[in-house]
Amino acid sequence: MIISEQWLRTWVSPQVTTDALSHKLTMIGLEVDSVAGAAEAFSGVVVAQIISAEQHPDADKLRVCTVNAGDETVQIVCGAPNARAGLVAPLAKVGAVLPGNFKIKKAELRGVESQGMLCAGAELTISEDNDGLMELPADAPIGADIREYLSLDDQVIELGLTPNRADCLSIRGVARDVAVAFDEDLHEPAIPPVESTIADTLPVTIDATAKCPRYLGRVIKNVDLSRPTPDYMRERLERAGLRSIDAAVDVTNYVLLELGQPLHAFDLDRLTGGIVVRECKPGEVLTLLDGTEQTLQPGTLVIADHAKPLALAGIMGGADSGVAESTTNLFLESAFFTPQLMAGRARSYGLHTDASHRYERGVDFQLQRDAMERSTQLFIDAVGGEAGPVTEVGSDADLPVNEAVLLRETQIEKLLGISVDRVEIERILEGLGFWVVGHERGWLCTAPSWRFDMGLEVDLIEEIARIVGFDAIPAQPIKASLIPVGVPETRRALRMAKNDLVARGYFEAVTFSFVAPEVQAYFDPELSPIPLKNPISADLAVMRTSLIPGLLKAIAHNASRQQSRVRLFETGLKFIPSEGDAEQIPMLALAVSGLRDTEGWSTEKVVADFFDVKGTVEGLLANLGDRLTFEASVFPGLHDGQSAAILVDGKPVGRIGAVHPSVRKAIGIPANTVVAEVLQSVVTEVAMPAYDDISKYPETRRDLALVADKGIASTEVLSTIRIAAGTLLTKLDLFDVYEGTGLAEGKKSLAIGLTFQDQSRTLDESEVSSAIDQVLDSLRENLGIELRS
Amino acid sequence: MQSLENIKAEAVVAIEAALDIAALEELRISYLGKKGAVTGLLKNLGQLSAEERPKAGAEINAVKQQLNEQLNARKASLQDAALASQLAEEVIDVTLPGRRAETGSLHPITRTIQRMETFFSSMGFEVVEGPEIEDDYHNFEALNIPAHHPARAMHDTFYVDDTHVLRTHTSGVQVRTMEAQQPPIRVICPGRVYRCDSDLTHSPMFHQVEGLLIDETSNFGHLKGLLEDFLHAFFERDDLSVRLRPSYFPFTEPSAEVDIQCVKCSGAGCRVCSHTGWIEVLGCGMVNPKVLEMSGIDPDEYRGFAFGMGVERLSMLRYGIGDLRLNFDNDLRFLAQFM
Repeated sequence: MIISEQWLRTWVSPQVTTDALSHKLTMIGLEVDSVAGAAEAFSGVVVAQIISAEQHPDADKLRVCTVNAGDETVQIVCGAPNARAGLVAPLAKVGAVLPGNFKIKKAELRGVESQGMLCAGAELTISEDNDGLMELPADAPIGADIREYLSLDDQVIELGLTPNRADCLSIRGVARDVAVAFDEDLHEPAIPPVESTIADTLPVTIDATAKCPRYLGRVIKNVDLSRPTPDYMRERLERAGLRSIDAAVDVTNYVLLELGQPLHAFDLDRLTGGIVVRECKPGEVLTLLDGTEQTLQPGTLVIADHAKPLALAGIMGGADSGVAESTTNLFLESAFFTPQLMAGRARSYGLHTDASHRYERGVDFQLQRDAMERSTQLFIDAVGGEAGPVTEVGSDADLPVNEAVLLRETQIEKLLGISVDRVEIERILEGLGFWVVGHERGWLCTAPSWRFDMGLEVDLIEEIARIVGFDAIPAQPIKASLIPVGVPETRRALRMAKNDLVARGYFEAVTFSFVAPEVQAYFDPELSPIPLKNPISADLAVMRTSLIPGLLKAIAHNASRQQSRVRLFETGLKFIPSEGDAEQIPMLALAVSGLRDTEGWSTEKVVADFFDVKGTVEGLLANLGDRLTFEASVFPGLHDGQSAAILVDGKPVGRIGAVHPSVRKAIGIPANTVVAEVLQSVVTEVAMPAYDDISKYPETRRDLALVADKGIASTEVLSTIRIAAGTLLTKLDLFDVYEGTGLAEGKKSLAIGLTFQDQSRTLDESEVSSAIDQVLDSLRENLGIELRS
Repeated sequence: MQSLENIKAEAVVAIEAALDIAALEELRISYLGKKGAVTGLLKNLGQLSAEERPKAGAEINAVKQQLNEQLNARKASLQDAALASQLAEEVIDVTLPGRRAETGSLHPITRTIQRMETFFSSMGFEVVEGPEIEDDYHNFEALNIPAHHPARAMHDTFYVDDTHVLRTHTSGVQVRTMEAQQPPIRVICPGRVYRCDSDLTHSPMFHQVEGLLIDETSNFGHLKGLLEDFLHAFFERDDLSVRLRPSYFPFTEPSAEVDIQCVKCSGAGCRVCSHTGWIEVLGCGMVNPKVLEMSGIDPDEYRGFAFGMGVERLSMLRYGIGDLRLNFDNDLRFLAQFM
């Protein structure tokens, strides 16, 4: 809502500056988004009239004008095409300062003196018009300061209104709030009924009174739409951001801004029979004022005549029945449509109009007659014509009812923490239009017809609070009884895991939860991700089923910015489609690309691989001990030979692997990249420590060099050893893996250290040797593994 | 045979001239060893008379002891010199970077959320989380935003299907908390939220921390006090001006928006605050009784307040980040600034 301060001040004029006024507006809940002057600062410009305009002797395009500036007559050389005798236009006199600090001095143009400058609208920042001199009305007072004459010292205030304050979508509504806030009188214009001078009426029937409980219509004949809109009206409309079109449109817009009532003027001569307010019929088509042809959706309320739909009720008029310059007879509509039933309707046609904006939020349901009388008078004043009597139809039973709400005095203090004087409470509520009746516990308050959000006691308290001012409510420390918070030791906060990863050199990424379906399909081709009905773009169209695509996008971003080493992690939900509601599973993911270490004097320039990321996962989940295992597995999008399922207690909890080279290429990541993803629950669940006695006896270590088939997994070797070695084995270290020279094709060598120890005694040599023998037998029998000779 | 005096004089010079431990050892052997010169003199003592023997013996022993001491001293001095030269060779450039495990960083959004959690935890609030694909009821209906309510237009909602949306705020988590638990309730709900809007100042995904306090006695003054305390703590500035302005949210009544004095220009007016001197950082209000009632809490017995803030906005103000999109590019040059 954009309003002119001067217009507002004709309704209520507190003796404060514009700044103070706009601050107050903001602080009572009508937030001021901006305040701007109606024109930029300039001075020394007066209303002047060209007495004569002669051709310049030495320049084709210039004219030498004699100009009456009121107190003097001056000679002006002017190049504007419309510079002609008789024209009234703004004159910047010598000494004037125009916007941009442009000083007007006496000048000579092609040898002819010019004592000032006649101005275009754009030169004064009054309008965009720069095609010629600004044409002022012939009766404009010659010599008057143009700023005064055009009220240019006005400020244009833009309000960002919340959806509950439809009542302030008018000067009247804003003025009412201002009057109460400053405790000033409100000067409402008197709106006397316009006596009918003709008897013409148009029959009106309403077939849908729930949606349209009130409809007023009036015939106005013999208007002259060639007459211009009055200056004050055009000026106020333009300052409110509305373009002046013709008097018919301008009057309806003016009353819309002034009182908040949307109006519509039909060309009476294009109507057949009478007006019917009804729901549309199947398949009806209507061409709107904006030129679009709309096929009407079931449930749409239309204003029709006896032959055809004329307008989308409360949204936009039709092209065929609208007024044109040739229109001489009008039918004027002032109606109330039920907000709940209007909601969303305009949007369903892709429309949003000043009328629909107001009707959806609620127009004062007692305003229609005043608006009709006001607009009739303005029409007659502007374009003449004779008005018929007002036709009013409707159903009072379908009008909104504002029930009386009990406002308890005690509740005000309970909710706000301050007590407010009774007299002040009554002043505020009555000033805002409430009907207030005393009650033993407080007041019974009935909201005015322009408020639709006042059904509860708290709504009334809010009205009091915003006028009293939130600044007047002192801040207090909160009081509460302490509630003990249990901290289970078997859970660790996710933030601990994050800190762990940060210490391991990982940077936390935050990527979008929606991703490009084609990238995601590399990794989860068997899942159909949950699509958004209205995605922002094609590459953010489906919900992620994994955190990996997002991290890889971030890796690609960094790789293309010459980062040679990237380590990222992210935590968040993945969204897995399922029969009922989608499963939303918290995950933690890692991605490592490029060099293992930051380049440095002490580091080798080695590319990070599978084991770097595996090491991170193992470190992060170290608490799980042997419960954590990895099993070679093939996953889509990952390297067939370098990927594994992550298991806890044998159950899959995630995946890890090098990104498949072809996928990497497709995504645009040059360097080797390894990713891992695990359930967050595995990360946040930790085992409770259980102490085991430390043995006082020495441990014995034996190292074995074994030769195994390449295909045998090291975990298999280790678990075979663990079983065969018996309970004295306390530690098992795989300390070397070797393939190559000295070994047969297809073989690898494993060096393994076995540590034996007992809780109660020193082990003797023969016990350890027999355990080693059992180990070697078992390895030979089960896995065909021999000692390396 | 050389005289003792000669031997001594020669040995003293030789020992001083010895350049390493091996040479010293050779000298020790040649003078004091079994076949050494001094030892030889001792062996010849027998040839002297009984009267001469003790004196001569004492003289030889004195020389022997003196040479021994000199040898030891020279050895120590050579060892010291050797150690010194070893140390000199082992000099390192201590200004070279250490061999370290590189550290990463938490995302500024996480860092900011953690700061918020820390503050509110200290005030007895519990951190709760909830689903991001939310049903229409918990995202809208239960918050007094029925279908077609104009407030829905403020939300730019992403729709998943007819009854599910990507949550537009974390308020649904508050509703779920109220459904599950009777007052007193003190919770904050951090998390991702979504709005179908993307430009310089809007991201289709961003983060909120919302809070809810329900008890028997809290009022608007308490809400104001808590939020002022929070903002002062968050910006570590007790003199930061905070103002509450009336606003509208269907789920609170009265509702307010909270502005802080611009942290960039201290209220003088700059680009960050659109030359108003104020920056909006929070929305809040007393919980609408309808909302309490819908979630099974008796509004006659209990009341409370709720608040919500944009994490990115506060994070960007705190760290001076000018472009919202930096938060989601995950550029290392950005992330590494939050170590």
